[in-house]
Amino acid sequence: MSESNGNSKSKLHGLWALTNRELKKWYKAPVIFLLSIIQPILWMGLLGKAMNIGAIFSGTSIPLPQLSPALTPVQLQQLGAYFGQLQSTIMQGAFNTTDYFSFMAVGMIAFTALFTTMFSGMSVVWDRRLGFLDKVLSTPVSRAVIIFSKVLSATLRSMFQAGLIIVIAVAFGLQFGATFNPLNVLGVFAILFLVCVGLSSIFIAITIRSTRIETPMAVVNLINLPLMFASNAFFPTKFMPDWLQTIAKFNPLTYTTDAVRQLLIFSTDWGQLATDFAFVGVFAVIAASIGIVLSWRFLSK
Amino acid sequence: MSEEIINAEGLTKIFNKHLVAVDHVNFEVKKGEIFGFLGPNGAGKTTTINMLITILKPTEGKASVLGFDISKQNNSVRNVIGVVPQEYTADEDLTALENILLCADMYGIPRKVAKDRAEEMLKLVELTEFKDKKVQTFSGGMRRRLELACGLINRPKVLFLDEPTLGLDVQTRAATWNYIRKLKIDYGMTLFMTTHYLEEADALCDRVAIIDHGKIVVVGPPEDLKHSLGGDIVTLGIKEDVDVSDLISKVENVKEVKKENGSYRIKAEMGEVTTPFIIEALRRKGYTVSKLSLTEPTLNEVYLEYTGKSLRDAEESREAFAAQRMALRRARQ
Repeated sequence: MSESNGNSKSKLHGLWALTNRELKKWYKAPVIFLLSIIQPILWMGLLGKAMNIGAIFSGTSIPLPQLSPALTPVQLQQLGAYFGQLQSTIMQGAFNTTDYFSFMAVGMIAFTALFTTMFSGMSVVWDRRLGFLDKVLSTPVSRAVIIFSKVLSATLRSMFQAGLIIVIAVAFGLQFGATFNPLNVLGVFAILFLVCVGLSSIFIAITIRSTRIETPMAVVNLINLPLMFASNAFFPTKFMPDWLQTIAKFNPLTYTTDAVRQLLIFSTDWGQLATDFAFVGVFAVIAASIGIVLSWRFLSK
Repeated sequence: MSEEIINAEGLTKIFNKHLVAVDHVNFEVKKGEIFGFLGPNGAGKTTTINMLITILKPTEGKASVLGFDISKQNNSVRNVIGVVPQEYTADEDLTALENILLCADMYGIPRKVAKDRAEEMLKLVELTEFKDKKVQTFSGGMRRRLELACGLINRPKVLFLDEPTLGLDVQTRAATWNYIRKLKIDYGMTLFMTTHYLEEADALCDRVAIIDHGKIVVVGPPEDLKHSLGGDIVTLGIKEDVDVSDLISKVENVKEVKKENGSYRIKAEMGEVTTPFIIEALRRKGYTVSKLSLTEPTLNEVYLEYTGKSLRDAEESREAFAAQRMALRRARQ
């Protein structure tokens, strides 16, 4: 933000006022607030608990007596136990944790960040259509503040919801990694802050030019699920085809999700965590710069 | 010479390289006056106001507001002006007071000062008892007054009003005019407004610029513009099927006679004195006047004179536009 001498205080003032205006629409509307809390619970319940991938490999889910009728009951029991061990090994190898729910619950955090920031761009269209944007533009508020207030409100909202998901996931049985430390939660918020700033800057740059709500809606619907599934949010990328792995390698959601997993459920690999932070950090800086430059040029037409 | 508050020289805005919205307009607004832009939808009124309030950059020409250049010193302009937009921009989910304080924050006014001023402005627009009510419960007139209060929060030296009574009923419109007059009389404020309502320009403005296709066709006080047409309009018809144009034009104070659809449209000075003489002249030749009407010229006649079309025709599409926008706003809730 450019802050000229003398009235830097007034510029920050405008930033919080505009951010709070967005947030008030959310926390002062009980229905919307409640829905935003219920939504992640539903998703986690459905995706995390319904898709019980771990159970597929367990000894009890494989009909051993039919498959190998020649074996004695003792041998079958041994084989069952062997499959049980195999399951842990498979899960550990594939997901880096034995519990798919924990793996997927963390993916939900990235999922929520993506959806919340995406829809934050929509409010720009409303502000334009209803003339609010023009009114703010006629006041001495810095143009960068106008854009950044949108970014900030989306980011704060996402971070609140992500925090909520962690709490709910713990209640549902999330298993923390061996190296988990409560301070790691701060790291989770740090990576979320970065990715939300980046994502909402992009979405605002997309929406700021459109006068119709349908255009950004279409764009958002086109890219949200592909972006989600071309990442490691729900499934490890190493089993994906090469072309998809390449996309996932450039998807900031992959690095965000990995960082959150390193911090919460894996035995932290500090080198990998540093790479995650570096990638998401660079993404945030580039996306925010592009978003702010494009929006700025548009706002001072 | 009175002080110039706004000065525009050759101000031009071209959209997409070929759509000329405002075409080299020159005008100045003096301290303490209400200056109005009158013209139909699409004439360039809002584009002009948007350039003056620094949200659009002029393609050509320049303008200054209180001595600040609108392009080079746009932030200085923004600090000293107040804007009341055409739309209802107040946030429906917030209360009236919260909306005013939000506007105050845009100017970086300290909270304590802002609260005192907000109370003052709410009193001025008579919304004090509704200050803690959400804006979504407000009527059109109340919303308009709230916009006015928001536009005044930084104590502007000049206030810009874009179509201040668009979509309001006749009574609410008259009430809104009173608030606007109060700003001029009690606060000595300079006001720049746009309107497509002839009565509004006539009732409020000290000077009117008639704008059509992005060009100012004439500027002046409404009374002067009306007088410049050369008097009143007398329309009469006679029973006999003869052309009496020459006879009428010989009557003293008659400026112009046109025969249209079997009746005569006569421009005459001091219409109420001249009309009896016209009737007398016709009667003396044995003609019988079958119908007669006398109208003082309105701004519509002025508009007709300078643009060749009636403003009321252009108004129709605008009303439809406003209705559409209201429908959109309801759909949002």
